Amino acid sequence: MLISVLILGALGIVFGLGLGWAALRFHVKSDPVVERIDALLPQTQCGQCGYPGCRPYAEAIAVEEADINQCPPGGDAGIRALADLLGREPKPLNPENGEETSKTVVLIDESRCIGCTLCIQACPVDAIVGATKLMHTVIKSECTGCNLCLPPCPVDCIDIVEAETSPPRWQRPRPQTGFKRVPIR
Amino acid sequence: MNSSQHIERAQEAGKRIHHFHGGLRLKHHKKISCQDPVERPPLPDLLIVPLLQHAGDTAEPLVHVGDRVLKGQQIGQCQPCAAIHSPVSGIVEAIEDRPMSHPSGQPGPCVVIRPDGKEQWTRLAPLTDWLNASADDLIAQMQQCGLAGLGGAVFPTHAKTRDGRERKTHTLILNGVECEPYISCDEMLMREQPDKIILGARILRRALGAERVVIAIEDQMGIVQQALTGSDEFAQSENITVVKVPAIYPEGGERQLIQVLTGLEVPAGGRPSDLGLVCQNVATSAAVADAVTAGKPLIERYVTVTGNGISHPRNFKALFGTPVSHLVDCCSGYTKDVARLVVGGPMMGYPLKSDDAPVVKASNCVLALSRQDIEEPQAEMPCIRCGECARVCPATLLPQQLHLQITNDLWKDVESYGLSACIECGCCDYVCPSHIPLVDWFRFGKGELRKRARENEAAELARKRFEEREARLIRIKQERAEKMQRRKQLLKDKALQQDRIKASIQRAENKTRARAKDPGEAQDGGQSHDS
Repeated sequence: MLISVLILGALGIVFGLGLGWAALRFHVKSDPVVERIDALLPQTQCGQCGYPGCRPYAEAIAVEEADINQCPPGGDAGIRALADLLGREPKPLNPENGEETSKTVVLIDESRCIGCTLCIQACPVDAIVGATKLMHTVIKSECTGCNLCLPPCPVDCIDIVEAETSPPRWQRPRPQTGFKRVPIR
Repeated sequence: MNSSQHIERAQEAGKRIHHFHGGLRLKHHKKISCQDPVERPPLPDLLIVPLLQHAGDTAEPLVHVGDRVLKGQQIGQCQPCAAIHSPVSGIVEAIEDRPMSHPSGQPGPCVVIRPDGKEQWTRLAPLTDWLNASADDLIAQMQQCGLAGLGGAVFPTHAKTRDGRERKTHTLILNGVECEPYISCDEMLMREQPDKIILGARILRRALGAERVVIAIEDQMGIVQQALTGSDEFAQSENITVVKVPAIYPEGGERQLIQVLTGLEVPAGGRPSDLGLVCQNVATSAAVADAVTAGKPLIERYVTVTGNGISHPRNFKALFGTPVSHLVDCCSGYTKDVARLVVGGPMMGYPLKSDDAPVVKASNCVLALSRQDIEEPQAEMPCIRCGECARVCPATLLPQQLHLQITNDLWKDVESYGLSACIECGCCDYVCPSHIPLVDWFRFGKGELRKRARENEAAELARKRFEEREARLIRIKQERAEKMQRRKQLLKDKALQQDRIKASIQRAENKTRARAKDPGEAQDGGQSHDS
């Protein structure tokens, strides 16, 4: 009786120490769920979800502080993917956060730009180059279309333009016939 | 089999005829356009040369409106792809968006040239001594002359040749299998210019560092085989074989042809050069001969103008930029019951919105179908899972499954079921009893996969830039805070010093005051007296 208690106790201590060591040795710093949610978000960093960027929104979803339907650029497909990952029911996009639109980029009208650098400070992905009192321009390939540079511009010289769709960027449309997807209700 | 065994077997290419999966036996309809010898049509009033003729980006124009250009002068430049040249001598009338031959039907930037009729060539730089030229020189010449695959994919020839050379090609396959109905431009070219094709093959073989050349033609092209094997160039060259393959659509596809000649499949996502093979169209080979021995850039090609909607179907040697309407006029116009205009063949071609569109490097055929040729569009019915599509698919895909996945946006599954291996041959479409436009769905799906890959890349970039910016902002904030802290400390230190100085001055003053009052009590300081 005593021997078995001792043996089991010793085993318990050994495994306990092993697990404790493993917890320290293989410690994962960040929450992998956050990473996986972040990977599904479109990374426009537009803040329409009410959080200052995609990662903060991902963190908020992970702790169930935010709902999964607050990302307009991700749209229906994004909500479906998030619902799939988190095992929740998909729901329609929250209209308070905005509407799903086609991909756009911004364009600075360089003749009107006064070089105030306000848009550069507003851009979350450093896609605008320029310097004080010098012309600014948008690096089109880096622009995410978040439109955060529009409000600070004092001379209203930034326009939203549709992302390029002419050849060679042209894409075949979805065939008209066939069975249409049922929208999320 | 490991890869060296594969290559060994690939070296036997053409010695035995194998089969590929699926495919269809289609009616040829080629004879109607092979009656007359190929001619150059008279110069049109205007030539419209699109700046987008290859996969890749639109070329930058090198000329301005009002410039005089010479025949063969380079007018468009695009670094990774092939150059674009003026097909005539004349005046550049405009550089603007015009209808161009593109599946989108959208207009694009074109250089519009009004010919002056003098046909004055620019100075050509041939590599006459090509037998002693280095492979790099030959490849550079191909790039300079704007050569691109004339079979339909318009892949720049210099890039394909360079890749083939780097990956140790042993056999060059010339593709003369024109498996799509109606198209006969390659057949006419092989009949009329066999010497040029074989000369081009020898040049390509040299540039590739390959040993053998296999010219594949269809078993119904009897005259072609005579023309090729009877040519002087063929008699003088070694290690060139002409192989007849059974006419099953889509045998002219690069991968299908390789499978027929070697019995091996090019791995999905891989290239023929993985097996030590390079496949070129016969027309590309003839263009290589022109480019190297005469220095002539690619400015014209054989085009079939055919179909029951054309009064007098035939083949032309047409300059790029020639409007389709001009070619049709040279065939005595349309018949009364013309219904649809298609660029390419009936299986893989795309409808042309207007016949103002010009001939480009990719246009092998202009097909005008009459009302009897085209079926009334039939209502699409649900898939009954009969499996006919999978039976005919030459890429051994499961079209019914892919269709289901694409319509339901299951993109991960679409990828893992190998949609990117689809060659868009249209066999599944042709046999589908439910009239599902499968190829339309697959073309859309392929575009969507590409778009998704692009978007993922962009998102990754945005994430990185966002994170780096955040890190930078925090760093700047910290640096600022530290600076502030240091300054505060400095100020504090200064204040402390001031205090100390003040205190010592005070002490000194007190001392002198005390001394002045009472020299004997100087030891006590002045405090007791003050209080």
